[in-house]
Amino acid sequence: MSGPRAGLSPRRVLAVAGRVLTQVRRDRRTLAMLLVLPCLLMTLLWWLWSDVPGGLFDRVGPALLAVFPFFVMFLVTSVTTLRERTGGTLERLLAMPMGRLDFLVGYAVAFALLAAAQSVLAVGVSVGLLDLDVRGPLWLLTVVAVADAVLGTALGLCVSAFARTEFQAVQFMPAVVVPQILLCGLLVPRDEMPPVLATVGDLLPLSFAVDAMSGLSRSTATGEVWQDVAVVAAFAVALLGVGAATLRRRTP
Amino acid sequence: MAGAAVRVEGLTVVRGGRTVLDGLDLEVDRGVTGLLGPSGSGKTTLMRSVVGVQRVRAGRVVVLGEEAGSPGLRHRVGYVTQATSVYGDLGVAENLRFFGRVLGLRGDALAARVSAVLDRVDLAGEADRVVDRLSGGQQSRVSLAVALLGEPDLLVLDEPTVGLDPVLRRDLWSLFHRLADAGTVVLVSSHVMDEAERCDRLLLMREGAVIGDGSLAELLARTGAADVEQAFLRLVGSA
Repeated sequence: MSGPRAGLSPRRVLAVAGRVLTQVRRDRRTLAMLLVLPCLLMTLLWWLWSDVPGGLFDRVGPALLAVFPFFVMFLVTSVTTLRERTGGTLERLLAMPMGRLDFLVGYAVAFALLAAAQSVLAVGVSVGLLDLDVRGPLWLLTVVAVADAVLGTALGLCVSAFARTEFQAVQFMPAVVVPQILLCGLLVPRDEMPPVLATVGDLLPLSFAVDAMSGLSRSTATGEVWQDVAVVAAFAVALLGVGAATLRRRTP
Repeated sequence: MAGAAVRVEGLTVVRGGRTVLDGLDLEVDRGVTGLLGPSGSGKTTLMRSVVGVQRVRAGRVVVLGEEAGSPGLRHRVGYVTQATSVYGDLGVAENLRFFGRVLGLRGDALAARVSAVLDRVDLAGEADRVVDRLSGGQQSRVSLAVALLGEPDLLVLDEPTVGLDPVLRRDLWSLFHRLADAGTVVLVSSHVMDEAERCDRLLLMREGAVIGDGSLAELLARTGAADVEQAFLRLVGSA
């Protein structure tokens, strides 16, 4: 069984990333939604709780800054890579001197850059205009967001292998993403959940990203944040590995 | 390099529980070889096997002296599927530059290669247009242009002339012959029997088997038929 080379060529990675970013840039509406929607939703949330005492926005806001990049990049990646699979471009690329990792890492780089831009805007609006209380360094919020976006991209790549249609790909969101949002501690703090759910919640990748964001908002210490980021990155790398295994040169 | 450009031995492919190819043997030599047969006869499956993207049950396919699909062949084989297999939301030249970079071209060499293939498929005037806005025939020529980027030694074309107007079809066939004259092995499939006269050699396929193999003149002489359609029917009758 001669699979594609597993090697990584920086030039091919950049070719893929550049091409994906050109496609996104061409699709102005998607680009606008990627960048503006998180800001609008943070504003809506702030407004929602503006008359409720108890600092709920300060508790939930950071968690949402972790949820957005994950959620959005998952969705965008699963649909775009499914298109590559069904449109024949993936088959063409794999019949060319293109390694699977070149392809995957190219996607991850492109969406990480988009996530960085998205996060800079969302953090800027949240902290600058909406007075979100963040004690840790702001740039670290963007680092967490980027790790989180790569996680979403990696999960989207995996899932696109199991979807035959774009409808199915979108349906994987409630299956794979929503449980993580429910169990990450956003709705109910994890230590108040039934023990089984708390344990599951403690192990899900999104929980680490949310913990990192919450940690940054509460304290100036960054040691635990880096640990959480490392776990998120490890999940992302593992999922990219699974994603690579789903890119088959020879198909039935 | 000894032997045929493509050698298929005992190739068996099962797709979705159905045996599409069952112990197929054939060889493809230099020149333009036409793979003719009705849809469902296994042409695409055979071509996918030659390119090395088809999972095969048994048998082997040797292309230019190497196992089909081996890494050494990825610069040497150009493949055009029936799907356009380019990015519809990008421009024609953007697509070509991207695939060119994947092939390892860059800088002036990339620019020169892109403009050369655009000329070859007669799309130089459409370089900046978005692929989705082109006609179906233009889109399939973009796909062909991508396959030509790497100056392949073997070109595998799955129904490249479907839906094209006769002038364009004639131009493409003359391009295939120019490429073949320059040494490229060209394997073209079609379900339109009257394209037979444009091929140096024909492989007639039906239900996963090759029922006729030779030049048009040879096949007509062997069957006593007046045209390919009739030759095909006689070969089916005698099988």
